[in-house]
Amino acid sequence: MLDAAFFVRWMTAAAAVIDREADQLTELDSPIGDADHGRNMQRGFAAVVSALEAEPPATPGAVLTAAGRKLISSVGGASGPLYGTLLRRAGKAFGEAPQVSADELRTGLGAGVDAVAQLGGSAPGDKTMLDALVPGVEALATSFDAAATASEEGALATVPLQAKKGRASYLGERSIGHQDPGATSSALLFAALAEVAK
Amino acid sequence: MKMLINVAETVVADALRGMAAAHPELVVDVENRVIVRRDAPVADKVALVSGGGSGHEPLHGGFVGPGMLDAACPGEVFTSPVPDQMVRAAAAVDSGQGVLFLVKNYTGDVLNFQMAAELAEDEGVQVASVLIDDDVAVNDSTFTAGRRGTGATLFVEKIAGAAAEEGMPLERVEALARQVVASSRSFGVALGACTTPAKGSPTFDLPAGELELGVGIHGEPGRERRAMMTSREIADFAVDAVLADLDPRLPVLVLVNGMGATPLLELYGFQAEVRRVLDERGVAVARTLVGNYVTSLDMAGCSVTLCQVDGELLRLWDAPVQTAGLRWGR
Repeated sequence: MLDAAFFVRWMTAAAAVIDREADQLTELDSPIGDADHGRNMQRGFAAVVSALEAEPPATPGAVLTAAGRKLISSVGGASGPLYGTLLRRAGKAFGEAPQVSADELRTGLGAGVDAVAQLGGSAPGDKTMLDALVPGVEALATSFDAAATASEEGALATVPLQAKKGRASYLGERSIGHQDPGATSSALLFAALAEVAK
Repeated sequence: MKMLINVAETVVADALRGMAAAHPELVVDVENRVIVRRDAPVADKVALVSGGGSGHEPLHGGFVGPGMLDAACPGEVFTSPVPDQMVRAAAAVDSGQGVLFLVKNYTGDVLNFQMAAELAEDEGVQVASVLIDDDVAVNDSTFTAGRRGTGATLFVEKIAGAAAEEGMPLERVEALARQVVASSRSFGVALGACTTPAKGSPTFDLPAGELELGVGIHGEPGRERRAMMTSREIADFAVDAVLADLDPRLPVLVLVNGMGATPLLELYGFQAEVRRVLDERGVAVARTLVGNYVTSLDMAGCSVTLCQVDGELLRLWDAPVQTAGLRWGR
């Protein structure tokens, strides 16, 4: 079973891996976006960690809703509302439970992913974060490591796709051949999850 | 790349401190990133709030003042502001007549303003929103996130601002803003990429002999790259692309907009070519504005926006405006 401390560790590990990969995310965002994804995610997750440290929430649900709210109010762009919604919806799905099982985590994140799809009006294959989130959540049924692998493969699989949503979509066919930065940062969340579950 | 900055992290805050010092007629909340006209809330007036990523100056903060916006929310460079900013702005400028959010069509702006509208309404502020999407370089919404909002933003903010200043009710101001959006189209070209402070190098490579057609205002590449063209050739291409989507029988407002690094000497030369094409196509020009208004940091290049006007839109365009970036009639 996973308690609030586990989720705080997850968010802290996510902040660390995003911090490490920020330049890489920004590089990916240069040819098809506006070269700020790394910096924005870095700012948002740093704010999440500060908030969680200042006032550690008591339940897994409270950790993720607080993290989601912080992302919305500090990231901006499309990433803020989308990642914020992902975590908030997952947190809400946990309710007041003091601990959640791996299975409940998968269901909760699934609800978050559905909310992201609805908010962004997008589906897998549109070259967005969903291309990493959807396979990642599915593979959670197997293991945290499988989820990390599946989401990373999902991010890599965005390379040949043409973007249909977000700023990259304005490039039309020229978006083909580049890995989606949003899918890449989504895969980092699963990498952080696998790391803290060890 | 050399830039006149301290560090990338404080670029927006530093600029806001400068705006505050230069414009005592504005209230600039540097910490919360909200720019408000000093006399807000103006009694019995619909309030206009816009915002978006920084890096497009004078848009939007430079258009706050009598006859245009009541408040602007600048985000990080090329990143939309967050809902907290818009909620704060709405609360600061609402006189009880409602607030109109003017939103450029980018996924981030749309999502954040949408969240802000819900939060502001929870706090008892009546909010309407108008989406600005004028860029003809973008395929329709089944292929993309929809047309980008670019140069038409200036027309919308000016005309809706004048309507609000006259005391028109929210529904009427909103309808006029929608009319301006429906009547406006834009097309942009880049002769060079821009450099964001965070990245420090150009966002895309553009060799000396080439240009990008159909660019937006975020340093993103366009839809097509060609060998460098003359001002005359670019005007033919851009104006025809815009006119293909407009009714040529109506007179137009013309905005020849610089992207930040193209001198007025070039922009006026380009304006002459734009005017020639419009004359050749039999399109009447009602008013023309030339300058850097909706920029993309230091991107070299320009955009053309045309807005078809009737008598009322033209009257509202001509109405007095008193902002840092646009002022006349007083």
